[in-house]
Amino acid sequence: MVKEKTSKSGRRHFIGWSLFTGLVAFLGMLLYPVLRFIMPPKLAESSQNTVKAAKVDELSPNSAKTFPFNNKPAILIRLPNGEYRAFSAVCTHLQCTVQYREDFKMIWCACHNAKFDLNGNVSSGPPPSPLEAFDVFTSGEDILVSKKV
Amino acid sequence: MKIEKFYNWVNDRLDLSGISNFADKKVVPVHKYHFWYGIGGITLFLYIIQVLTGILLLLYYRPTAENAFESVEFIMTSVRFGWLIRSIHSWGANLMIFFLFIHMFSTYFMKAYRKPRELTWISGAFLLILALAFGFSGYLLPWNKLAFFATKVGTEMAAVIPVIGHDVLIFLRGGEEVTGATLTRFFGFHVALLPLITALFLVIHIILIQAQGMSVPPSLSEEYEKKPKSMKFFPDFMLRDAVGWLLVLGLLGILAAIFPWELGEKADPYASAPQGIKPEWFFVFLFQTLKYIPGKILSFSGESLAIFAIAIAVVLWIFIPFLDRKGQKNLHSRTFTVIGIILVLYIIALTAISYFFD
Ligand code: HEM
Ligand code: FES
Repeated sequence: MVKEKTSKSGRRHFIGWSLFTGLVAFLGMLLYPVLRFIMPPKLAESSQNTVKAAKVDELSPNSAKTFPFNNKPAILIRLPNGEYRAFSAVCTHLQCTVQYREDFKMIWCACHNAKFDLNGNVSSGPPPSPLEAFDVFTSGEDILVSKKV
Repeated sequence: MKIEKFYNWVNDRLDLSGISNFADKKVVPVHKYHFWYGIGGITLFLYIIQVLTGILLLLYYRPTAENAFESVEFIMTSVRFGWLIRSIHSWGANLMIFFLFIHMFSTYFMKAYRKPRELTWISGAFLLILALAFGFSGYLLPWNKLAFFATKVGTEMAAVIPVIGHDVLIFLRGGEEVTGATLTRFFGFHVALLPLITALFLVIHIILIQAQGMSVPPSLSEEYEKKPKSMKFFPDFMLRDAVGWLLVLGLLGILAAIFPWELGEKADPYASAPQGIKPEWFFVFLFQTLKYIPGKILSFSGESLAIFAIAIAVVLWIFIPFLDRKGQKNLHSRTFTVIGIILVLYIIALTAISYFFD
């Protein structure tokens, strides 16, 4: 009697357990493609080392422009002395796009009022690290910017 | 009477006596804080307006980076009364969140979260989170510069969540960056996912309220028990409610007509962030809090710690009914009243600082 009872409840336990794991597996099977669908596929990133940022006569001294570099904004600055500098324009704090401030001759992020000097180093505000600097050179009529090697 | 005939016709097929008995018996307590019972209804009314105007906007709005801005411009300039519908939707969103805050704090101070209304409070807290998500996702839809950068910064915050932060960011943005993919996603959240979940929570919230009736604050309950006074819901309280709703509708019309909602400039993913980037006002006190947090606290990023602390505060807020031990015994807890006052003052002060002194 006693034995039968335990084996019965053992069997019931086993059936319950199988149903439960079956159900979990079934739900997992339904959910898995949904979860994968939600996360976007990786796009092949076009990775260029050099882009054309501007024309030679485009920027006057003490001005700047932003341009796309590998799908991210970058900034080309013409210093008051006529020299060019280029940086990633993505603020290292929370990724706003920085701008050149002609009035105080610095790079400025409007989002949380951060300032970078003209070497890309943080001079005030929350960003944890400097802006990535790029190389600038001219080729004929064009100003080219490339990743530092 | 025609209406009576119709009622009888339906009643013959479907027993309506339960509903009419319920409506007949439903009463609302009358006491000196009675006024605050109407705010939840106003919030509901504004949500209904959002759904209706939102559906109208859907007739012309196009959720892609190439077309979104132009389609809203088209609504504003070419569609007849387009400016009105869009302005009502935008003002309505802000008023709804405003009244939601008032409603939440008034129920908080009246300690309406006490047993047996814990679940009403919790479902309400979720409704607030949903409304904030509505606001955050809707803000991006016109695809203008301010919204673009606000979304960039806002979604970047997700990255501080330990372990899954980056995946959450990718999920929100539909990629590494804020792009047209983000816009399409936010559109889907805004017009399908959030309305569906909100409807569910609204039904729960409202059923609980109907089943339990309105609470009387513990600070008044002794007095109230000696001399209970109440008013019938149908038609007395409902007519009062209706007056409030009409006033809000009037306010909405005035705001929309005098201050049509601005559209700004089209977002350009490669242009610099303009000056004056701010999230919407209901996020400003959090945004301002982050500004005062030092970049590094010990060896942790100050930002991550602050966001972590805010998350804990939100969870505690949701579970207030279980934290207020006195409230569980139907007593008035001064401590919790003071906590609420501090919180309200904090929110007002930081918002004011951000707008007037920064
Ligand atoms: C089913 C309900 C809703 C639908 C179908 C809907 C639909 C839309 C659409 C199509 C837009 C883009 C057009 C535009 O920007 O004016 C929009 C914008 C917006 N929605 Fe909604 N919406 C709904 C509910 C809500 C709710 C409940 C809130 C707030 C609590 C809200 C807040 C906003 C905001 C802030 C905007 C941006 C307004 C702007 O700048 O133009 N929406 N909504
Ligand atoms: S994103 Fe640039 S300072 Fe915060």
